[in-house]
Amino acid sequence: MTAEQTASLAARSSPAAQQRLTLWYILRRWPILPVALLTLLVTMGVGADWIAPNDPIDQSLPDRNARPLYQDGSPYLFGGDHVGRDVLSRVIHGARVSLSVMGVALSAGMLIGTGLGLLAGYAGGVVDELITRIVDIWMGFPFLLLALVAAIIVGASFQTIMVLMILVAWVSFVRNVRADVLVIKESGYVALAKISGASTTRILARHILPGTIGTITVIASLSVGNLILYEATLSFLGAGIPAPTPSWGNMVAEGRDYLQTAWWTSVIPGTALFLTVMSLNFFGDWLRDRLDPRLRQLG
Amino acid sequence: MLRLLRVCGSWVRGRQVLGPGSSVWDDNGFNMRRYLIRKLIFATLTLLAATMFMFGLSRLAGDPLLLFAKPGGYGMSPERVEQLSKKLGLDKPLVVQYLVWLGRVLTGDFGETIVSETSVGKLMWERAAPTLQLAIVSFILSVLMGVPLGVVSAVKRGTLSDYASRTFALVGQAAPIFWVAIMAILLFAVTLDWLPVGTSGPDHVSFWTWTKFKYLIMPAFALGWGPAAALLRLTRSSMLEVLDSEYVTMARAKGANYSAVLWKHAFRNAILQPLTTSAIVLASFVTGAVVIERIFAWPGIGQLMTDAVWNNDFPTLTSTVLVFTAVFVAMNFLADILYGVMNPVIRYD
Repeated sequence: MTAEQTASLAARSSPAAQQRLTLWYILRRWPILPVALLTLLVTMGVGADWIAPNDPIDQSLPDRNARPLYQDGSPYLFGGDHVGRDVLSRVIHGARVSLSVMGVALSAGMLIGTGLGLLAGYAGGVVDELITRIVDIWMGFPFLLLALVAAIIVGASFQTIMVLMILVAWVSFVRNVRADVLVIKESGYVALAKISGASTTRILARHILPGTIGTITVIASLSVGNLILYEATLSFLGAGIPAPTPSWGNMVAEGRDYLQTAWWTSVIPGTALFLTVMSLNFFGDWLRDRLDPRLRQLG
Repeated sequence: MLRLLRVCGSWVRGRQVLGPGSSVWDDNGFNMRRYLIRKLIFATLTLLAATMFMFGLSRLAGDPLLLFAKPGGYGMSPERVEQLSKKLGLDKPLVVQYLVWLGRVLTGDFGETIVSETSVGKLMWERAAPTLQLAIVSFILSVLMGVPLGVVSAVKRGTLSDYASRTFALVGQAAPIFWVAIMAILLFAVTLDWLPVGTSGPDHVSFWTWTKFKYLIMPAFALGWGPAAALLRLTRSSMLEVLDSEYVTMARAKGANYSAVLWKHAFRNAILQPLTTSAIVLASFVTGAVVIERIFAWPGIGQLMTDAVWNNDFPTLTSTVLVFTAVFVAMNFLADILYGVMNPVIRYD
């Protein structure tokens, strides 16, 4: 085969192949689908009151287990549940719960975890020992069991769930932030800051904390999917968001008894949950590869 | 007391600490005994902390005596209340109650359930077999799914089978376990009517028969998918690493048979890491089993636990959580041991 022939072959096959490659390349390189889904989630959560076509807790007995896609005179796109509530509106409102897990529990856990990590890494000695040991013990807990028990005993409510989620979230930050601090505090610029008389708070806030932001972001994005799954599992077991308020977990649980007659009541919220966690995991992986490939073994 | 602690500490640590920032290192390098002792101490501490947490919480929940009487003691005379609280040991301080309970547990006495007054130990013993069956079958299933798919996905990197395996892993890690279980029920029990659900099968039939086994398939699969996904990702990444190493290139350059290189040189080394983490996989079954047993009405310890939660039955609750926590901690400890044995350059910090 001459060079000319090779060139013409390449020219013939290239346009289509290249185009397919670029599309595939873009989708692989940029997390477009996950971000689109997450944007949808945020929009649904924030604007639930305006977006949802019906009231999420308004029961309508004639529409019990109404079929999806407006079949057989059903008033709902995603069908109705066992007391005739609109599944679509409930899914939209349920996004709020997952969103609050992301917003409240994750950020609080992040603050606590980062603070303790900074403290343990910078102070060293007894403080470090104590914090590390507590984290070790904490990580050995089968947390979901304890959370389940705690939620039921204290009483399942939105606040309980958020507190429990914070209790799960903080741990992974401590370890990784501490590891970062141990490296950063030996660096020249921290020594210089000390020599020039900077206070400990200033060193921690201005010189050390910025160096750990990459780690914090990655840990946050990798753990948020699991947090949402935890919340959903608790809600599914009846120890999460209490009944009339829709959360994807308790919707699946309610629909479970009607699997034979109304599959959509549990399949649709479950799918929403699955897609959300999947997008978050994808996005987290992408962020980790970009910001901190060192943390690869975590995923 | 402080002196005692210090003596214990120096025994655990050994006299010299020279290693790279870690106290399980000494002149001779990694000290296995020291490493194991440290791990054992933390396992015990975790267990103790968990039981205290549980015990405290279950008492905070309210007076267990109210189960026998309406609020305010209606329907029960003060003498009866006193007698019952004596019998249950509720008149003593909480710390004493906890210690008494712990001492009894250590001698194998888990107490009696509040509602039916049967022995919790016996009850758990009866329920242990179904849970163990479920866990073992799920474990085998997850290894059989995770490891081969991981190898295939590493060896045939970038091909369709790689993408298929990775999709399997991604879905397994993102799908909530209860959702997988419900989808399985919907597909195989409701729509196709291939598999039965709702019990663990007829009691009089042996476990090793198909009639009984088919009840186990869906719960085992739902429980095993997530761990299989984790094993798959681990196997894949460690296999890729090994396949990229120089000795594999060397073996292939020598002209060694490809499958021989793959299985003798690469796989044997790559499998170590997934194997060591498989104990953590077993630990993850602890929480999974509670969810799965509830969905499939599987009569195991997990179901016993959730029932106890609803009945505010604290002897059963604390005992079952203790058993689950013990299994969880033991499995993590096992993973640590395996990790220490297989990978002696591990750093503990």
